[in-house]
Amino acid sequence: MRTVAVVGASLAGLSAARSLRKQGYDGRLVVIGDEPHRPYDRPPLSKEFLAGTLDEAALALEADDEELGAEWLLGTRATGLDRGRRAVRLAEGRKVGVDGLVIATGASARRLPGAEGLGGVHVLRTLDDARALRDELARGGRLVVIGGGFIGAEVASTAHALGLDVTVVEAAQTPLAGPLGAAMGGIVSALHRDHGVRLLCGVGVKGLRGGERSRRGVRGSVDAVLLEDGRSIPADIVVVGVGARPCVEWLEGSGVELDNGVKCGADGRTSLAGVVAVGDCANWYDPRAGAHRRVEHWTGARERPDAAVATLLAGGAVEPGVPRPPYFWSDQYGVKIQFAGHAAGADSVAVEEGAVDDRNVLAVYRRAGEPVAVLGMNQPRLFTRWRKRLAATTS
Amino acid sequence: MKIPVCRLADLPRGEAFRLDIDPPVSVFHTDDGEIFAIDDTCTHQDASLADGWLEGCEVECPLHASKFDLRTGAVDAPPAKLPVRTHEVVVEDGVIHVRVSTDAPNLPPCLAARLTGGSA
Repeated sequence: MRTVAVVGASLAGLSAARSLRKQGYDGRLVVIGDEPHRPYDRPPLSKEFLAGTLDEAALALEADDEELGAEWLLGTRATGLDRGRRAVRLAEGRKVGVDGLVIATGASARRLPGAEGLGGVHVLRTLDDARALRDELARGGRLVVIGGGFIGAEVASTAHALGLDVTVVEAAQTPLAGPLGAAMGGIVSALHRDHGVRLLCGVGVKGLRGGERSRRGVRGSVDAVLLEDGRSIPADIVVVGVGARPCVEWLEGSGVELDNGVKCGADGRTSLAGVVAVGDCANWYDPRAGAHRRVEHWTGARERPDAAVATLLAGGAVEPGVPRPPYFWSDQYGVKIQFAGHAAGADSVAVEEGAVDDRNVLAVYRRAGEPVAVLGMNQPRLFTRWRKRLAATTS
Repeated sequence: MKIPVCRLADLPRGEAFRLDIDPPVSVFHTDDGEIFAIDDTCTHQDASLADGWLEGCEVECPLHASKFDLRTGAVDAPPAKLPVRTHEVVVEDGVIHVRVSTDAPNLPPCLAARLTGGSA
């Protein structure tokens, strides 16, 4: 292979570029990213960066002396893949001819319909999103977070610490029930009420109020979130944290099979030879689960490129190893939350250490008596032991 | 300065011991029987590497999965960018000792700020 392009310049893309060099690829390497920034770390965007305790320089993922020998095309969006000519089409009509391709285009935050241009309404995915939200939070006021998932909960926690009046609105009866199960989702989301943040569950959002256009046609700011049950919650700032969708529109018609992102084998291969996919946009086959799973965790974006690049360089002739159970963390209200495995397959969950009332918990999820997932709240040592055990025992 | 850590017999393979000096040092006994000492605090954020995932000659931070090479202290995986210090290990009469490096440690920003009197 003489030219490999990595489309996507965040953690998954950078990790793929590193894996390529580490695994001996010495040809031309082109990294294409639609954001103008060098690769940066996203987890702090809802925590330390938003709180103002970590600056932009600290977000950089590359070491100062790192040299991958890559051509970086930043601020450049890939718009298509030309299968016949094996070329990535870029905005402005340019093309990059490739022999191998790593798709790492990630996901983008879902937005509320009708909120375009409405002042005070934010999503949080990119550095630019975080800058805008940080500046607005610094002015204080009433914040309503739509969505009680991890991003929403972390923003609520950070904003609460900054002194804002915070309300979280969640459509489901229990926040985090998907990733953590209902029992533990209830325990983790109780952190909001512990700290005086209002949590409204089981009620959808009908719309946003405010934003009347001025005579010049500029929309004003939001002033309330309207709920399906008729209530309206006054708001100066609204954060919409209702999940993300994979950025794969550019691949439509390319021959790369799409199904909730890029459909991949257990080794990252796609339906096209010489093309692999990693990170949030990639729906990998998970042999533990016996199904495809699109994992949006930081650790997946860091770990999977090694396997995908091995697949790419070997022409698909490598036997994929069994991956570690998916792992993610969250920091909320000073509590370190860690989770590994799949809660969905569990038939029981038991607190094995600590106490729920102290928000200090090690809980093990089991299926037919076998551990399938583990949750820690302020239990990094025990959690890591369980995570290691889970990797060794589940199959 | 050579500091006694613990008896070799009390540190099974695959386990780590945290020496509570300032800054703390962790001593690892690998599955292959080698013993390494590095700074215990992850250079990314305040976490104890003795609580981490030991695999081969590498330890993964228990919080954010940064990986460090126990032999060199080098970062093998982000989000950490700076290496941890390594310390010389001496086993005498069945007791593990470390000779603490005189290099400046790479403490995470939150701890470095506290040491210099800034806000954490």
